[in-house]
Amino acid sequence: MKKFFALILALAMVLSLVACGGKDDGAKVVKIGVFEPQSGDNGAGGKQEILGMQYANYETPTVEIGGETYKVELVYADNASSNDKAASAAQTLISSGVSLVLGSYGSGVSIAAGDTFATAGMPAIGVTCTNPQVTSECEVYFRICFLDPFQGTVLANYAKSELKATKAYCLAKQGDDYSGGLCNYFIEAFGKDNCVYEQFPEGTSDYSTYITNAQNQGCEVFFAPVSTEAAAQIIAKADTQNLGMPVLAGDTWDSNVILNAAKGTGVEIAVTTFYQEGADAEFDAAIKAWINSDATAKANNGGNDELAAVTVMGYDAYYVALEALKKAGSTDPADVLAVLPELTYTGVTGDISFNDIGDANRDTAFVKACNTETGKWDFVAQQGIK
Amino acid sequence: MELLKSVLPYLISGVSVGGQYALIAIGYTMVYGILRLINFAHGDVFMVAGLIMVYLAASMPLYVAIPLMIVLTVALGFAIERVAYKPLRNAPRMSVMISAIGVSYLIQNLALYITGGLNKNYPAIPWISDKVSIFGMETTRVTVITPFLTVILVVALVLLINHTKIGMAMRAVSRDFETAQLMGVKINNVISATFIIGTFLAAVGSMLYFTNYPGVVPTSGGMPGLKAFVAAVFGGIGSIPGAVIGAFIIGICESIIKGLDTILVVNGVIAEQVGFSTFSDAFTFALLIVVLVFKPTGLFGEKTTDKV
Repeated sequence: MKKFFALILALAMVLSLVACGGKDDGAKVVKIGVFEPQSGDNGAGGKQEILGMQYANYETPTVEIGGETYKVELVYADNASSNDKAASAAQTLISSGVSLVLGSYGSGVSIAAGDTFATAGMPAIGVTCTNPQVTSECEVYFRICFLDPFQGTVLANYAKSELKATKAYCLAKQGDDYSGGLCNYFIEAFGKDNCVYEQFPEGTSDYSTYITNAQNQGCEVFFAPVSTEAAAQIIAKADTQNLGMPVLAGDTWDSNVILNAAKGTGVEIAVTTFYQEGADAEFDAAIKAWINSDATAKANNGGNDELAAVTVMGYDAYYVALEALKKAGSTDPADVLAVLPELTYTGVTGDISFNDIGDANRDTAFVKACNTETGKWDFVAQQGIK
Repeated sequence: MELLKSVLPYLISGVSVGGQYALIAIGYTMVYGILRLINFAHGDVFMVAGLIMVYLAASMPLYVAIPLMIVLTVALGFAIERVAYKPLRNAPRMSVMISAIGVSYLIQNLALYITGGLNKNYPAIPWISDKVSIFGMETTRVTVITPFLTVILVVALVLLINHTKIGMAMRAVSRDFETAQLMGVKINNVISATFIIGTFLAAVGSMLYFTNYPGVVPTSGGMPGLKAFVAAVFGGIGSIPGAVIGAFIIGICESIIKGLDTILVVNGVIAEQVGFSTFSDAFTFALLIVVLVFKPTGLFGEKTTDKV
């Protein structure tokens, strides 16, 4: 009897999964895949990037392809910020029949999924993945943001000329393409002999020793382009241990998580990023109104309406995708892939066009600093490399 | 003197981390001692204690939230035993272990669903999260009090086990499960009491741990849980003093290894970074293997004698 009961239970569970099928209402639909982390280390950033796409989709829910109006449907796949889950998340999108893919936040997952997209001939547009390997080692990957060699150099220049630092402490996560890559480019530009470079393993929670290391070695700037989750802990420890030097990071840190963690502390933080709030006041006001009107959106944005650059990049990415679909005149991934190299678009974050590797032609970054009293970003400078 | 000054911060942070591992490790070791079960869900209960605190502190004052958090966590530990382990009391030991792994993943995924996978900021508990300065090193008060609190709790626990009726019952059950039952020891009550004590200590540990490292995610319990388990095995699983000493050794070694480069560079032993900090976790697990190879029962493990 017990065996029979167990069998019925198991069957019921399997069947309930099968029952979750979809339905069709007849309207022409074009699907855009959203390949983003919604959990794990980069969950917060991924959700903010998705917000931009959702807002753009809310603003422009249809697209004209080959004379017919298509409804745009966003199909989500959670890559869980993990390189080993990236390929299966990518495969899910390909199987669900999307025309092209946007994402991901975090370079490692994009590199890991590159092969899967390439095999399927699926065009992918990276939104804020800044590691060079994303596009250099994958034919179908394009991207609309600047790259780490550029960003690392900008940060190193900023540390040298503005912060007057002569010795830097660099901290990366072991096996993480984004933080490891960015640290290397920073060290290259700053000078290898003046940098202390350390890595922490996955699952670390005690960052106090790294703070102590930086202090004991007499460093003058703390460069830690790590995930926001680790960042929150590092900021807390930097505050209690009186770090005594500015903390510098890349685009990842342009997030509410950082603002919340830094508010009321004595830690000096500066980051480079893609967009400065206030550059397009009309757009800012409209997207903030949308975030405030939707409780889920607000929660995904960290509980307030501070605009992250990744959200704006997500917004632009959606329109680049629509532009590509219009130009291709078809929903076939192969046609979309064919038109991408020639595509140009002027978005909120500036002009977007691709070079022959598939990277965006961008040569400026914004530097902003965290105001620990108000819990908001202060604009510092717009920087290129000369 | 210079050497001591450069090592001290790592030592203090290591002792503090060790104290937190110790509080979790006791839960592993006690349950093993009595049920011969490795309760894989223990690290996740620790994480849930953190999450409960995050949600409670948002809606009520801390003097209500802290006791309530402890009560709820203990209730969870008790419920897990009753639902997932008790029905399997006479099943092969492997089935209970698989059930424990199942509970662990269930809790993690439920937490993932509820929190949406995002980092939750742990509330700052006044007094213990204040900044203090000891020997010229800036840190929080929790770092300083953790080892003392751990030792006090362990002494209380050892007294409880050696001098009370329930403690005597626990010792009897851990010595011989069937005979204790024949002698009229109420097995289920003893096992429940073990789980309650274990989860109570994990709840206290989670408060200290997350005050020090204020971010709770569904996988927060994973690494501390694993390290505490290593500490329990290292010290000799089943032995409470062993688990505590094992936890302190692991905490201190880990912290020193992370800072070894800096210690050596500052003291002029080496001129360049070698990159020891990368190996802090690898070292922990290598240490476990070495100890087990040379002393399979751990540092304070009971000697096994085959009964005929």
